[in-house]
Amino acid sequence: MPRDYSLLGPDAARAVESGLAAADWYHSDVPRKEMKELMTRTDGPAIRDTILLYGVMALCLGFGIWLWPSWVSAPFWLAYGVLYGSASDSRWHECGHGTAFRTPWMNNAVYQIASFMIVRNPVTWRWSHARHHTDTVIVGRDPEIALMRPPAAARVALNIIGLPDALAGWRRMILNASGRLAPEEASFIPESEQPKVIRTARIWVAIYAATILAAIATGSVLPLIAIGLPRLYGAWHHVMTGLLQHGGLADNVTDHRLNSRTVLMNPVSSFIYWNMNYHVEHHMFPMVPYHRLPDLHARIGDDLPPASPSILAAYREMMPALLRQFRHEDYFILRTLPPTARPYRGEFHQPEA
Amino acid sequence: MPLIDACATEDIDLEDVMRFDHGGHSYAIYRSPDDEFFCTDGLCTHEKVHLAGGLVMDHLIECPKHNGQFDYRTGEAMRAPVCVNLRTYKVTVADGRVLIDLG
Repeated sequence: MPRDYSLLGPDAARAVESGLAAADWYHSDVPRKEMKELMTRTDGPAIRDTILLYGVMALCLGFGIWLWPSWVSAPFWLAYGVLYGSASDSRWHECGHGTAFRTPWMNNAVYQIASFMIVRNPVTWRWSHARHHTDTVIVGRDPEIALMRPPAAARVALNIIGLPDALAGWRRMILNASGRLAPEEASFIPESEQPKVIRTARIWVAIYAATILAAIATGSVLPLIAIGLPRLYGAWHHVMTGLLQHGGLADNVTDHRLNSRTVLMNPVSSFIYWNMNYHVEHHMFPMVPYHRLPDLHARIGDDLPPASPSILAAYREMMPALLRQFRHEDYFILRTLPPTARPYRGEFHQPEA
Repeated sequence: MPLIDACATEDIDLEDVMRFDHGGHSYAIYRSPDDEFFCTDGLCTHEKVHLAGGLVMDHLIECPKHNGQFDYRTGEAMRAPVCVNLRTYKVTVADGRVLIDLG
């Protein structure tokens, strides 16, 4: 039977009946003192990275506007676009967890800015992401499965320029601004939080309206190149890295070693992605700040499948599995654990399709 | 109800939390940065995760699963996704022991 990824469909009901929903998940052993030290919050690294991010964005924006409409401005827009349309994904994510900064208002400020840039309502997506952590890649429960089975190839390809997701975000923004929520949103956002969804959507509509008016008034597309469109032309990096998080791996399991992938990345991608390439570690211990994930990786690495050594290597592993899922949607990559690791639970050792 | 002897004061580090199970119920006992002790229900009101695996920051306890926060002195829910307050219990410290009133 094909998978039904709807949050209100039969697979959702089956996940609840079978105990997969809100289940207990596997955790590597880390003594409390060490974990407490790894979880400790500080402001320093995120302040440094945020100044760097917004500083480089401001420089690229300035040069882009100065050199506009010459093609010489293109490299500045491309860099600005990636920081707007991709780095905002990881900032949204980390600040949504509240782990980037120790100081709450700093987390909230960057979270709001990043949510706007990535076109994810900050209230809706906080709840969506909470569900993603409760029920990671549980079919019918996880609202953030990027690669469903069989993979929706056209949708994934179009997302490289942000189209389906950003358009869905803008459509949802207009729906929310009209005072309504989609039925699926209402299924995981408590009633007490729903007015905040609507208020934020209305603020965003006002910002976009002002941007469009500025474009009309100046007779130039430049305001939209700076606000809104970077979500499209700068999306490719977060799609490239995000697909690797769970792509080709198991679904409906309760061990992040089976359904998540850690990938070692170059320093530029790690900065844009804010270390979310340590994805098994993040899911297993979501309270560990992004800048301590390499330490956590070193600490529990002997209990995890080996990390993919590069983005390219990870794609070389994932792509054949995705292609195979077109014909056999139950196929997944079962990654080998080192001898030092505690074994996967037996019921997860399913034969390959 | 009599006070329940939960643990020794030195069993919990400053600015930390410990799980305590009693009578089929789970509790979380906190030692604040100013060396005061507090007790709440042990499971997060959002999705029933043990708070003892979380992080104590000043007077907040952060759930290890979804990063929701409570003020453990009052049980007040401080940060989404938690919306429902935690129940709190009175704590007395005597002779190096942490006693909780579960009444």
